[in-house]
Amino acid sequence: MRISEGMATKPVGDFSRVISDVTLKRQYVLDLLFRTVTGLAAVFVLLLLVAIIAALGMGAWPAIHQFGLHFFSSSDWNPVSEQFGAVVPIVGTLITSGIALLIAVPVSFGIALFLTELSPGFLKGPLGTAIELLAAIPSIIYGMWGLFVFAPFFAKYVQPWMNENMGPTFHGPPMGIGILTASLILAIMIIPFIASVMRDVFEVVPPMLKESAYGLGATTWEVVWNIVLPQTKTGVVGGIMLGLGRALGETMAVTFVIGNSHNLSRSLTMPGNTISSSLANEFTEAVGELYTSSLVELGLVLFLITFVVLAIAKLLLFRLKKQEGAQT
Amino acid sequence: MNLKYLRRKIANGMALVLSLLAMGFGLFWLGWILYTLFSRALPAIHSTVFTQMTPPPGAQGGLLNAIVGSLMLTTIATLIGTPIGILAGTYLSEIGESNGLSKVVRFINSILLSAPSVVIGFFVYALFVARVGHFSGWAGAFALSVILIPVVVNSTETMLKLVPTSLREAAAALGAPQWKVIIFVAYRAARSGILTGILLAVARISGETAPLLFTALNNQFWSSDLSKPMANLPVVIFQFAMSPYEDWQSLAWAGAFLITMSVLMFNILARLFLRGGNARN
Amino acid sequence: MQETNSDLKPKILVKDLNFYYGAFHALKNVNLSVVDRHVTAFIGPSGCGKSTLLRTFNRMHELYPRQKATGEILINGENALDPKEDVNRLRARVGMVFQKPTPFPMSIHDNIAFGVKLYENLSKSEMNDRIEWALHKAALWKEVKDKLKQNGNSLSGGQQQRLCIARAIAVRPEVLLLDEPTSALDPISTAQVEELIHELKKDYTIAIVTHNMQQAGRVSDFTAFMYIGELIEYNKTDKIFTNPDQSLTEQYITGHFG
Repeated sequence: MRISEGMATKPVGDFSRVISDVTLKRQYVLDLLFRTVTGLAAVFVLLLLVAIIAALGMGAWPAIHQFGLHFFSSSDWNPVSEQFGAVVPIVGTLITSGIALLIAVPVSFGIALFLTELSPGFLKGPLGTAIELLAAIPSIIYGMWGLFVFAPFFAKYVQPWMNENMGPTFHGPPMGIGILTASLILAIMIIPFIASVMRDVFEVVPPMLKESAYGLGATTWEVVWNIVLPQTKTGVVGGIMLGLGRALGETMAVTFVIGNSHNLSRSLTMPGNTISSSLANEFTEAVGELYTSSLVELGLVLFLITFVVLAIAKLLLFRLKKQEGAQT
Repeated sequence: MNLKYLRRKIANGMALVLSLLAMGFGLFWLGWILYTLFSRALPAIHSTVFTQMTPPPGAQGGLLNAIVGSLMLTTIATLIGTPIGILAGTYLSEIGESNGLSKVVRFINSILLSAPSVVIGFFVYALFVARVGHFSGWAGAFALSVILIPVVVNSTETMLKLVPTSLREAAAALGAPQWKVIIFVAYRAARSGILTGILLAVARISGETAPLLFTALNNQFWSSDLSKPMANLPVVIFQFAMSPYEDWQSLAWAGAFLITMSVLMFNILARLFLRGGNARN
Repeated sequence: MQETNSDLKPKILVKDLNFYYGAFHALKNVNLSVVDRHVTAFIGPSGCGKSTLLRTFNRMHELYPRQKATGEILINGENALDPKEDVNRLRARVGMVFQKPTPFPMSIHDNIAFGVKLYENLSKSEMNDRIEWALHKAALWKEVKDKLKQNGNSLSGGQQQRLCIARAIAVRPEVLLLDEPTSALDPISTAQVEELIHELKKDYTIAIVTHNMQQAGRVSDFTAFMYIGELIEYNKTDKIFTNPDQSLTEQYITGHFG
């Protein structure tokens, strides 16, 4: 029946269909054009980075020339006498990001654990979305909330207690703003990034693997700690590095709450500075070549720090992958 | 019940309680921040926000020029960045694949992806603003597009890689030249994914403040001239929020509400597109 | 077979074909001819190179820079492997259907029109006629004539594969390459495709790769048995299946390995 259907229609027509050379030539040219245009776009991306480094390098040159390595050993930041050292913002950047990571990693792990192992099915979607919502809120909102809501709260209820009960690292006048506040806000901002990466990699662990561990009588915690986490360490490290990169470069949220002080303080509750907050606070008001140039050099340093973090992450992932390859 | 078993049970119970607390910790901040945003912004949103210009200190006003400016900057940045991003992503996935240029560009793109936005603002400042001598809308739009491009490159490449090779082979087997295979078959198959990537990139740039501080800056008045400084929501919010004037602060909350809602809208749209695409295939 | 030998014109002539995946030598000095308007089946254990051989006929391997073919493949006397021969023209003349159905993410109508539009300027009604003709040929017309605007992905697996056959036929190629076209299909769809092959060989030269020996026996006139990159035996199908010359062929046919 199907065969007769096939036979019923018109003749096949001539097979000596001519495909004109003009058509083929045109296609060839268009193919070449398409490859060239996409290639140029790729080269544009490449040039973008070259241009960024060149522009920053050139802008920073007067400061590099003037201060040399002294830039990295001096904490003196004085626009009046034109002496600029970057220790305070660099240390501030590293400390705020470090504390943020210390808070965010365990919390994110807990959230990912909750979403993949504990949450009842109908809550998984909404709760996961809620955490991702946290990532979608623009950073300037975090800054405003930090300045207007969190800092007063912190100054009124938390800091007096800290002054009485904790070591000198947490002492200071109850202003609410400072290194610790900035770190905490950074932590809240990067939790969704790390948590959603962790959740995603936890979810792709083969159920068989988990079930065989459960079958041996392991508890949920033992399965996650001994089976899921080792299995997914590459992804977990990637997620943490993603969060760290965010924290290092974050500008607006920090600028609002860090206090913009170029004095290095022994207390975390005192105002301080990060590279990005110095840039945002001072750049549009900077006068004089050396002042501007020092700020540009700070930007360059920030760029290099994030680059190093990225490179370490890639290297780590590469080595972990190789290890995993060797195991199997 | 032996002791070891008991200890394991307790460790498990504690871990699970801690994970519950972590979840609560995350939701707590989200709730607090959103509550703040709504409770401060809703009283500040009147129709004047959309009809009047940004005011001088102490006067009544709205955000009209900033809203229009933000829309223009974001639109232009998207129009500049999207084609470049899609084409470069296409090169990485379809044409260069594993050649030297692709490897280098892929690495560089990941650097750009993680580059702090404030640094990109700096770069555009040095490239344009310092030369021309004043801030401009074009500089702001360009800075935003530099942020958008790596996101689009990355998502386009990822989405095209998900298109099965067999589909490309089938099109090539009909005698289709490569550009037709890519445009009519690969792009079509990856359509919803590529669109999702663009929407997420737009969401990202519509909340960006730092790069605009050094590029578009701000303008008290109405300006649709892109070669002049241009008002835009993020910078207005920053300046008004940091000011001591209450009128300005309340306008800042209104603006904050507007950009948060638009960023969320783009995110939701992106999800819908991705889901729609998955359902079809 | 009823034909006299004079009916058997070679359509494709393979001469000293060697094929490399990087350093791996996948085809070794293959020589054979594929007969015009007959079905030639390629069988052998997986990894023997049968698909690789098929994919050199339309230079599919050129999509991958590390794959290389040397030797000659004469189609109508012209060397298809000659770099001067336009690869797109070649592929328009040598159609291919793949293991898994590959409908494009567009309507049934557009799926078929895609290939036709590449090299022909047809009016709307001519195009509709062509699509109807191709779908008739692929025995799919009755099932889809009312839903040509639907997405090709909405069809069942067997229908999708017949859509792909219709798409390949619509550009009116001279040769049809079928790379395990039924391996992803259920038995009923498989039978439909096999009937189709019978029907199509009146007009087309067909080369089919199959992992299923019964299928080779059912649909083909000639059979080539390959083993680790070499062509072991090539003859009329009934000869190969009843009285092969090589003991390796006999062992494979009788299921001793593979």
